[in-house]
Amino acid sequence: MTARLLQGSDAVAQSAIAAGCRFFTGYPMLPFTDLLESMARRMPGVDGVCMNAETEIEAINMTLGAGAAGARAATGSCGQGIALMQEAIAEAALNEVPFVVFNMARGQQDYFQATRGGGWGDYRTLCLAPKDVIEAVEHTQLLFHLADKYRSPVMMYGDYLIAHTYVSVDVVKRDYGPLPAKDWALDGTAGGSGHARQIWTWAMGTATNPGLGPDLHWQHIADKFEEMARVEQRWESNSCEDADTVIVSFGTSGPFVDQVVEDLRADGLRVGAFRPITLWPFPEAALAEATAAASRVLVFEVNAGQMIDDVRLSVGGRVPVAPVGRVSIDFSGMRQGEILTVPWIRDRVRKAIGEVRVS
Amino acid sequence: MTVDSVTLATDTAPTRPAKKVAAALAPLQLSGEHHLCPGCGHPVAWRLLLEVISELDLAQRVIGVVGHGCYTNIVQLADIDFLQCLHGRAPAVATGVKRVQPQAAVFTLQGDGDVASEGLAEVLHAAARGERITTIMLNNGVFGDTGGQMTAASVVGQRTKTSLDGRTPDAHGYPVPVAELIASMPGVAYVARGAVNNAGSVAKTKRYLKRAFELSTEGAGYTFVEVLTMCPTGWFLPTADGPDYISDTFETTYPLGVLKQAAE
Amino acid sequence: MSGSVTRGTVVIDTDRCKGCELCIAACRPGVLSMSVETNETGYRFPLLTEGCTACRACRDVCPDYCFEVFKYDTPIVDGAIVDGVIVDTQVVDAGAAS
Repeated sequence: MTARLLQGSDAVAQSAIAAGCRFFTGYPMLPFTDLLESMARRMPGVDGVCMNAETEIEAINMTLGAGAAGARAATGSCGQGIALMQEAIAEAALNEVPFVVFNMARGQQDYFQATRGGGWGDYRTLCLAPKDVIEAVEHTQLLFHLADKYRSPVMMYGDYLIAHTYVSVDVVKRDYGPLPAKDWALDGTAGGSGHARQIWTWAMGTATNPGLGPDLHWQHIADKFEEMARVEQRWESNSCEDADTVIVSFGTSGPFVDQVVEDLRADGLRVGAFRPITLWPFPEAALAEATAAASRVLVFEVNAGQMIDDVRLSVGGRVPVAPVGRVSIDFSGMRQGEILTVPWIRDRVRKAIGEVRVS
Repeated sequence: MTVDSVTLATDTAPTRPAKKVAAALAPLQLSGEHHLCPGCGHPVAWRLLLEVISELDLAQRVIGVVGHGCYTNIVQLADIDFLQCLHGRAPAVATGVKRVQPQAAVFTLQGDGDVASEGLAEVLHAAARGERITTIMLNNGVFGDTGGQMTAASVVGQRTKTSLDGRTPDAHGYPVPVAELIASMPGVAYVARGAVNNAGSVAKTKRYLKRAFELSTEGAGYTFVEVLTMCPTGWFLPTADGPDYISDTFETTYPLGVLKQAAE
Repeated sequence: MSGSVTRGTVVIDTDRCKGCELCIAACRPGVLSMSVETNETGYRFPLLTEGCTACRACRDVCPDYCFEVFKYDTPIVDGAIVDGVIVDTQVVDAGAAS
């Protein structure tokens, strides 16, 4: 074990390479830029390709091409850049091309974008939201595995804290088990065989080898996402069994909320914390269970209220759900805002516990 | 089947000794059935593409990235690896494919709407990077698949669904000379413009395509072949008038020939 | 008829033909003409008379892959069409004479 002090972005880059990523591209946009720069430095050394894409649209489409040709491919961006990538993310979900999108977001304001997606058609994007660099390093490799397992694009919801914090971390290659060979990947070799390969959202096949066509193909894709939703939910629950108040948060807000729980518990308040790790599929049943004994659910997120919709869906009206976060961003518009501190959150939670009457 | 003293039977192969000198289908072609309009030039270009791929022995190396248009149908008719991609994005997708499969012969097949309108950034950037791929742009000056609207390549005076009185510079600007723009770039090894409106042009266009594939697969750089194709439906013309519209109107804006051939 | 030289012939898939008439203009010896009757889809299709040179121009321009082109081992110099088949009148005359 050789732990080294690494910038989060560089740790993620190394982890991606450990996972076998050999094609990366991107367009500079803070806080994603450092990941692109790390890849530009490291990829040549592993005979990989890192391309400085001219636009985000080109980046995501290059990544789609590389994934279609069988490589473990990735790109990333944030906010406005992810917005430009929507069409191709949906396209890849619908024509079954795997790749990873590192969404190094400017705070928590892009939860809707990450989980609802702005592409087209009946698709979902599996999204992992690590709470810190250590988890991000693990998630990176898991994401490449899940992308290949389901032949679908997947996303990491990272952010400035993950991208820019220096942490002592050992990037170890992980094994998530065997995967089927990528015999669907395009390499030209099936040409003239009567069974040339085809990647097409419409899945029409050929005159001699008809495909499913869009109706059946898109139903198959929908079924696949249903399966993903059943199998791939991940979450972390802290002190919820006897909690009267459960605070739900995601991503880098998690550790702050965990500290708030510790502080308030020390004061005798029965609070617990729940953190969805998969933003999609959202762990609805697990959250419902974690809040079964609670009389209130508080949602701390640094935005105008996005994840709270999924919390309400999970809780199903059984208990009141109230936000304890708000829009908060620093003057640059890119980094964490002033409310992301333990004292601020603790104070808001106390007020909420005091304000919300039970029975 | 008319049987008389003027018309010959043409439903079976001749019994008199003869050699077949041209097959109906191209190599690698799975079927001749398609739903493109009578008199459309795209299927002729498809045939040339498949002949070139076969003659250069690329069938088991070739990967086609196809844009959105009537020509997309080739994906169902040809027995080679295909990826059908988003409108305009084929050169970027093909870049990803080629960088990961450098031994493959990678090409994009797109229309003028796909290239000149939606995908201008993609094609120029791929050309600037000198990606070792071949782009084939089928140019009929309309978005045929959506019913015949104007594209960035429609010629001045051309009547389309969105320029019913003819494209006028004041209202609609001028067509973008994509091939000429690409020919001006250093990373580009070969640019040519052909047409499929008569047998002579068909023969020349096939030679252009062959050269383009030779050079991109050799790693000489980016190669681009524009093929003027008839779209009598989009041009509001009887099918028999399609070829003349190319020679009398299109070729004035888009002269045929080799625009760039990088020194060996 | 006398004077025409027929070097080849074609097989035409008239069912697939969409009546675009591009082959008529492309045919160098001008031996194609459009039918009056229509195929099952409703399109008229090309008819062949003698004089084909197997130049393949029809096949080259056809958007529907209707043409196969054949080149005879020996051209028919003095042909006549009998029941839709070209007959070399020199050979017939020689045969009749022998």
